[in-house]
Amino acid sequence: MHIVVCIKQVPDSAQIRIHPVTNTIMRQGVPTIINPFDLFALEEALALRDRFGGTVTVITMGPPMADAALRKALSFGADRAILLTDRLFAGSDTLATSYVLSSAIARIGQETPVDMVFTGKQTIDGDTAQVGPGIAVRLGLNQLTYVERIVELDPSLRRIVVHRRAEGGVQVLETRLPCLITMLEGTNHIRFAGMDDMFRAARAEIATWGAAEAGVDEPGRCGLRGSPTVVKKVFAPTPRTEKATPIETSGKSPQEIADAAIDVIFAAKPSLRSEMAGRRQAG
Amino acid sequence: MPERFDAIVVGAGPAGNAAALTLAEAGVSVLLLERGEYPGSKNVQGAIMYADQLQALIPDFRDDAPLERHIVEQRIWMLDDSAHVGTHYRSDGFNEELPNRYTIIRAQFDKWFAKKVQAAGALLICETTVTELLKDGDRVVGVRTDRAGGDIHADVVILADGVNALVAQRSGLRDELKPDNVALAVKEMHFLPEEVIQQRFNIGENEGVVIEAAGTITDGMLGTGFIYTNRESLSVGIGCLVSDFAASKTRPYDLLERFKQHPSIRPLLAGSEVKEYAAHLIPEGGYRAVPKVFGDGWLMAGDAGQFVNSLHREGSNMAMTTGRIAAETVIDLKREGKPMNGRNLSLYRKRLEDSYVMKDLRKYRDLPQVLHRNKQFVTTYPKLLAGAADTWFRVDGVDKRSKERQIVRSFLKGRSLRGLVGDALRLARAVR
Repeated sequence: MHIVVCIKQVPDSAQIRIHPVTNTIMRQGVPTIINPFDLFALEEALALRDRFGGTVTVITMGPPMADAALRKALSFGADRAILLTDRLFAGSDTLATSYVLSSAIARIGQETPVDMVFTGKQTIDGDTAQVGPGIAVRLGLNQLTYVERIVELDPSLRRIVVHRRAEGGVQVLETRLPCLITMLEGTNHIRFAGMDDMFRAARAEIATWGAAEAGVDEPGRCGLRGSPTVVKKVFAPTPRTEKATPIETSGKSPQEIADAAIDVIFAAKPSLRSEMAGRRQAG
Repeated sequence: MPERFDAIVVGAGPAGNAAALTLAEAGVSVLLLERGEYPGSKNVQGAIMYADQLQALIPDFRDDAPLERHIVEQRIWMLDDSAHVGTHYRSDGFNEELPNRYTIIRAQFDKWFAKKVQAAGALLICETTVTELLKDGDRVVGVRTDRAGGDIHADVVILADGVNALVAQRSGLRDELKPDNVALAVKEMHFLPEEVIQQRFNIGENEGVVIEAAGTITDGMLGTGFIYTNRESLSVGIGCLVSDFAASKTRPYDLLERFKQHPSIRPLLAGSEVKEYAAHLIPEGGYRAVPKVFGDGWLMAGDAGQFVNSLHREGSNMAMTTGRIAAETVIDLKREGKPMNGRNLSLYRKRLEDSYVMKDLRKYRDLPQVLHRNKQFVTTYPKLLAGAADTWFRVDGVDKRSKERQIVRSFLKGRSLRGLVGDALRLARAVR
């Protein structure tokens, strides 16, 4: 079984500050982490490898410093890591990113065929959830998004059954390998690796692929040139200045307090009173 | 086959980084273990870094180290409840080509430092906690970590795991910290635009100011408050002995809140946004609190060995020096083919005695006890000084000779002649 996991290095959003004066995002000194959603994908892939054998290859597209994310993935137990880095890739939106990643996965598949591709549900910095499906479409992989559990997997029959979280319920989906899974959060817990994995990761040479090695043959489809999305403006929402108004109550019983609150609401929005009355009659 | 190194360094702070860097540069195989997510991630110090000892390790550190501002002005204030009396020393001479002191943020600094250590050839592994020392009889032969298959062997282990020295404690090499040998400091990071900081503190683009304050702000406890100017923030904090906190039942954050409200401090912080709140222990027991720092197969450096000069606020430089000297001792023994036993490693302690580290700690060896027994230095004197300054500078028709007499009387009333002379002698003896 050969599994490719796509991860992204993102700024730790818990530690991002908005500049109090200019309202811009202060990136300086903000630590980077593996996109937290990707860790569920990675753990799922590692667990499958542990069960069925095979290898887990982790890839990321990003600047040279993104090798830290790959090294970390290796320390969790991934077998191999490849950094896709090239000036041509800079400024890629989700369309261009899925093009680069799928090219690289196709290239990886030429060495050893890829059975499954995992991604996180979405990233915490882009929040689009588009790159996983983009890869699946380009590579013609069966697409399983928002997966919360892999129920069955039979590598010899190349059959997989998963639970997919959908609005209003859980879908039970069955398909055939090769497939792409975007993993839902909270589905597993990334392992605490053993000392040997820590040593292996600390000593690893991370393979670096530029556009040529990644099999990117149309440079115009990646980077800024290949990205139709334009970020026009970034702004911090202005805090609302409305002040809370204390509600005077005649008594202290819950009934009296509720009555007083409702009176204030109706006073502020008189139409609500007739609406509610109408609904009560209808009900 | 378990992993084996010439040396294992526990903790990637200034002491551990200095030790691992020195070892790696000498070609000694060294593993640097850090329990945090990355070096510095566990550190909350918004700090002063003294260039001299870092320069000895990394001569061109100024090229890429994350430095905030170099210090051009030092203010030392005695505060009573509404005033401060102080001295400032500011010099354009501090705008030298190779400045002497910088404000830094340790979370970033330690990370940068560890990169240099890795580049020199040491292996760094983070998110791995050393739980105990591996021993063969009394001899330390390696470490056990919290990970599966976590035993790692080495000829010598350098313990640089900080003030609590948990590894050494667990292995019976060091006692638990005593409450009167350790200060608890609480600190906030106040963010302000760069230009506001520069205007407010009367400094240029890369220049910085340090304010150290003592007096009634510590509520009769031994301690000091401080403000350091970073590039876009101020580190504001106050620290007192843990034993004093315990006895007075004062809450540390109440103390910090009061410090921030002091009329001399409040305007400096106006309009700032607090983004971080942190607390940390600082070993302040001085010379007499330094534990045994060497033994069969192990050495101890930095805060773990209590190497802090509390009067001069020097700690990270001593950490770097002790880390470096520990490493040099190991390198020399290795070169001479000598075993890493306690007798040979005692050379480390000897070298420390000959360095500024132990010379300075020895000079002030009585100071912690003297201050501890004489709280008037932080209670009565700040009030007397502020009162004297008030009398002297207020123009109100009273003649100067009468003012002089009034000031002398206030001192005699506050401390008596015997008390004043005694205090002067006590202090002189403690710092001579």
